[in-house]
Amino acid sequence: MPLASDGKADPIVSVRNLEVGFQTMDRRATVKAVDGVSFDVRRGETFGIIGESGSGKTTIGRALVFLLKPTAGAILHNGVDPQALPRRQFQRHRRDYQIIFQDPNAALNPRMTIISSVLEPLELAGAGTKAERLSRAREAMERVGLPQELGERYPHQLSGGQKQRVIIARALTLRPKLIVCDEVVAALDMSIRGDVLNLFAELQRDLGLTYVFITHDLSVVSHISDRIAVMYLGRFVELGPTESVSGRPLHPYTQALLSAEPLPLPSTMRSDRRIILQGEIPSPIDPPSGCRFRTRCQYAQSLCAEQTPAWRELEPDHWVACHFADRPNFSPSPQ
Amino acid sequence: METADPAERIPEAVAAGSQQALMSVRGLGIRFKTAQGVWQATRKINFDIAPGERVGIVGESGCGKTITGLSILRLLPNNLSRLDGSIMFDDIDLASCSTRTMRAIRGRRIAMIFQEPMSALDPVFTVGHQIAETLRIHTDVSKEAARAQTIDMLRRVGIASPERRIDEYPHQLSGGMRQRVMIAAALICGPQLLIADEPTTALDVTVQAQILDLLRNLSETSKTALMLITHDLGVVAETCTRMITMYAGEVIEDAAVDAALVRPLHPYTSGLLRSLPHLSPRLGKLPSIPGRVPSIAEMPDGCRFKARCPHAIAGCEAEQELLDAGDGRKVRCWRFRELELPGALQHAASAPIAGRVIRQ
Repeated sequence: MPLASDGKADPIVSVRNLEVGFQTMDRRATVKAVDGVSFDVRRGETFGIIGESGSGKTTIGRALVFLLKPTAGAILHNGVDPQALPRRQFQRHRRDYQIIFQDPNAALNPRMTIISSVLEPLELAGAGTKAERLSRAREAMERVGLPQELGERYPHQLSGGQKQRVIIARALTLRPKLIVCDEVVAALDMSIRGDVLNLFAELQRDLGLTYVFITHDLSVVSHISDRIAVMYLGRFVELGPTESVSGRPLHPYTQALLSAEPLPLPSTMRSDRRIILQGEIPSPIDPPSGCRFRTRCQYAQSLCAEQTPAWRELEPDHWVACHFADRPNFSPSPQ
Repeated sequence: METADPAERIPEAVAAGSQQALMSVRGLGIRFKTAQGVWQATRKINFDIAPGERVGIVGESGCGKTITGLSILRLLPNNLSRLDGSIMFDDIDLASCSTRTMRAIRGRRIAMIFQEPMSALDPVFTVGHQIAETLRIHTDVSKEAARAQTIDMLRRVGIASPERRIDEYPHQLSGGMRQRVMIAAALICGPQLLIADEPTTALDVTVQAQILDLLRNLSETSKTALMLITHDLGVVAETCTRMITMYAGEVIEDAAVDAALVRPLHPYTSGLLRSLPHLSPRLGKLPSIPGRVPSIAEMPDGCRFKARCPHAIAGCEAEQELLDAGDGRKVRCWRFRELELPGALQHAASAPIAGRVIRQ
């Protein structure tokens, strides 16, 4: 499989032919949650990964920070394979690559005060004196817009948006270079979501952070990302700059995904050319041969079952895995 | 069309338009007993649903939309302290009718589906058994006829090979299929009203599109009214004709979906629309509503949104009523006539939505 990007200078993360497999409970079969994915994350960008449940997007996120071990393939951080580092150095290295999850309630210990939760990574890292650690934790809280007096409170006394800010502050204390954000606004109410997304954007601008933003929400990913990767059943089907992926999607799955999203617009402005996909995502235990989307694709032909489509760059920086994506009359309007 | 000055209309005159309403909710309020005293979850809820109409109830978590849906079928928790007001459904007050009357209505004339189909289906019975149960309880059809009707209903909700699926158990079905089974069970007795509480929130977006399409089509063909409870304004825009917005236990706006999206009258509805990432310039700052929903234990007097409202002035601390705004619209904001609030049309050219919109 060719590289996902043409090696744009000095990527912060390089993923090559990544596979992550899990054994089923009866140990009779292996599920490849991620099955041969290659891409680079560029320094300072927001790299969005979108997909439905079971597509493998969360597995990629966890593998990127080595919470899961790749079954095959390579993940390089700054050109270095962290798994090849000695144990101590590997632990040190991990501080630079953080992850934030969906549910802030599950990520905070209900018996710890907010400030001790924020302090914990610094204490584990043994960074500086006690006073220095405290001032760094306070600085992180201020950075995310949390008043200092919340430090003495417990998680149940905070709102959902405040708790997610605490998690962000905690991830910031070790001054990471990259943060994997896995569905970080999915549990928040609409009116709070905007605030938290604004905070992510502001932190990126001020601290030069790189994000891998994993979500099922198209509107969120297309608002915040520079590039978007679309995932289906363990593989990328499309990858490109946000404007071209959301404005001129090349893969039939991306087209269907975009048209399925309910838009908050009056009827006169809504398109009625919706593509309604049949059925649901097949089981990753026994994925379809060739193109994995073919069982739900309206353009599928015999070739799609026989050959896995190549990963091709059809427009500058815009990659797609579909045999027919460059056919002239290949259009998203179903008839 | 000339309309009378809204201020001169008396509230009853508005309700008079609802002569043919299928259901009229008036002054509905729900109070709970808790260890901290009695808490008022909702109050002064007024709305009508016409036969066959599709109404969306929108709001954020804790606004009272789910409890309002549950109170229509009196599926309320044990610590209910008081149910105020009335829910007139075909001359029966559902808020005060006997348990026996309620039982005859529940499942037969008003049905309800929930967010998580797996927890609403019993894992030890076949789906066919669970769908036919409603039918056998409410009608005296034979076993064979019930089975035939169930197969027919499964086909109508888009389940392939229903003759085989009818004997399967819930765990054998995918999430989307389970929700289809729930819809089949809800519609098997041909109810006049279907209450759907976040029916697609647990589903993927491509499956959500299938289920919303199904709900809309079934409602149109069988003339079943739909009360769709959701936090997603996009879902309401795609499915419903009217939208009722709730905030902190009150109805704050009630309007045709297109009208509410184009020109919302309440600052909260406008704020919600503007905070959606679809409508803002890409990578730009999202407008947000500052602060948070007031806690149920310490509701402010007067307008409940005033602490977060950019248009709050002296006078907002007065008790707010649901005012008639003309053209069948209602709003709980005394300043609605002077405020020009932005809606969904003001999105920027670089907003993610822009490339996918059909120009007028």
